[in-house]
Amino acid sequence: MLALVDCNSFFASCEQVFRPDLRGKPVIVLSNNDGCIVARSKEAKALGIPDLEPYFKLKHQLEKSGVHVFSSNYELYGDLSNRVMQTLEGFSPHLEIYSIDEAFLSLAGIKGDLRDYGHSMRKAVQQCVGLPVGVGIAPTKTLAKLASYIAKKSARCEFVCVIERLDQWHRVFAKIPVQQVWGIGGRLTKRLADQRIFSVLDLMKQDPRYMKRHYNVNVARTVEELNGVACYGLDQQPPPKQQIFSTRSFGQHITDCAALEQSVSQYASRACVKLRKQQHLVKTIMVFAASGHFVDRPYSRSQVIPLPMATNDTRQVITAVRKSVNEVIYREGVKFARAGVGLIELQPERPEQLDVFTPVQPLRSKALMTVMDEINQRHTPVYFASQGVTPQWSMQRMLKSPSYTTQWHDLPCVSMK
Amino acid sequence: MTFIPLSKSNNSIPLFSASVVAGFPSPADDYIEKGLSLDELLIPHPSSTYLVRAQGDSMKGCGIFNNDVLIVDRSLTAEHRDIVIAALDGELTCKFLDVVQQRLVSANPQFPPISIPESSDFVIEGVVSASIRFHKPCSRW
Repeated sequence: MLALVDCNSFFASCEQVFRPDLRGKPVIVLSNNDGCIVARSKEAKALGIPDLEPYFKLKHQLEKSGVHVFSSNYELYGDLSNRVMQTLEGFSPHLEIYSIDEAFLSLAGIKGDLRDYGHSMRKAVQQCVGLPVGVGIAPTKTLAKLASYIAKKSARCEFVCVIERLDQWHRVFAKIPVQQVWGIGGRLTKRLADQRIFSVLDLMKQDPRYMKRHYNVNVARTVEELNGVACYGLDQQPPPKQQIFSTRSFGQHITDCAALEQSVSQYASRACVKLRKQQHLVKTIMVFAASGHFVDRPYSRSQVIPLPMATNDTRQVITAVRKSVNEVIYREGVKFARAGVGLIELQPERPEQLDVFTPVQPLRSKALMTVMDEINQRHTPVYFASQGVTPQWSMQRMLKSPSYTTQWHDLPCVSMK
Repeated sequence: MTFIPLSKSNNSIPLFSASVVAGFPSPADDYIEKGLSLDELLIPHPSSTYLVRAQGDSMKGCGIFNNDVLIVDRSLTAEHRDIVIAALDGELTCKFLDVVQQRLVSANPQFPPISIPESSDFVIEGVVSASIRFHKPCSRW
């Protein structure tokens, strides 16, 4: 059995840890650059505040209804996320950090009632870190994701849901729309609807072989997983998730080609660090940049760059993305508001399929990258010159809370009265 | 009293286990023990420990003064007479926990005890396991 533990309204909950006055109040968190709403506390959701809505559109309404608004405080979220993961490691030796606020745990060999085990995980994270989590327990990752969805939706579950005997769940699965299933996106939902597959139960009843022929192997695996047949082990995800994106909005619009190159180089560099950490090589990169959504003539351009050989070398990726910015992405006169790099086609580093005709990443570049990653974990980071030293396009974070856990001068204060 | 030499840039303080005896080098001199780390001494549970700063003097009777740094361990279950950090009326506060009489007690006669309210607004956040005082100005603030 597997557990998926995920934090409830993670960013908003983080803002409440050191601010007891905000607990039970509507709290929202804005994306980089204070652009969109990316997290809402339970109370903010209850007020009907929509997700991913541009902040400026709602600013007035939010002020009137007394909603507490914060800029993203990634220093805080990262630290608390790390504490959550460390706490969870006490419950299973096999833990996969899936995102900043989610982890899969293997419960193989756990004796006793799994529901109780789920509750003890939930209690431990609440007590040790101060954050509420939901727990979904099931035989496969896809079902564990679904269980965690049910854990949050159904009050009776009290944030822990165990899916064990599948035949007992048909009635519930019939009520859950198919797009709630892990890996079933919007476009796929439409195609499935044409075939009268609307609910989780509808999808579960399909023949995997048929789904493989008419859709793809991932949809077939999803059907298998819904039926309790594990297709994805820990650290294995459906291929579409095997991508690394590094993207941001700029604090100030960029109109200069060199500045755009610089920012894109930095995202590429950050993505490469992640790539090496998960021991993969990239074969295909995507670069994109756009003006804001709310300008007269919106501009957006992206380029997919196949690399001559799979690599994890920051220098090669930066060379490719700079060329792309120069030759394809950049346009004079456009005020760029965001840009990013996606490493969209990856392959594992180890079972490298070598053949005499394929160029190979030189060994020395691996050694250099390891040294660079080590130095950057310490105090003074080293950069490639193209990243620039003082980015003028750094983010606007007007409403950021203190870095309670990472800066000495930001320690939370306790009143002694 | 023995002084342990501190190197400024290193938070790990090497401790040599053998005493100096002239003319007879101990084989153990080559062996430096793991070293002393204040983290190890003060923070046995890093993932559940938060640092906070005291603001005020309601606990001066137990040696916690204004601006001291408190080490708060959330993993400990608060017991009778523990110093706890609690959320009370939307504010973080620091008191002795009196389980017997169900009240929060200050270590300063100017602040009378408070009965523990039954509302859900009252939460014990963690136990103060240690406090740090600077006797010279601290460069961090």
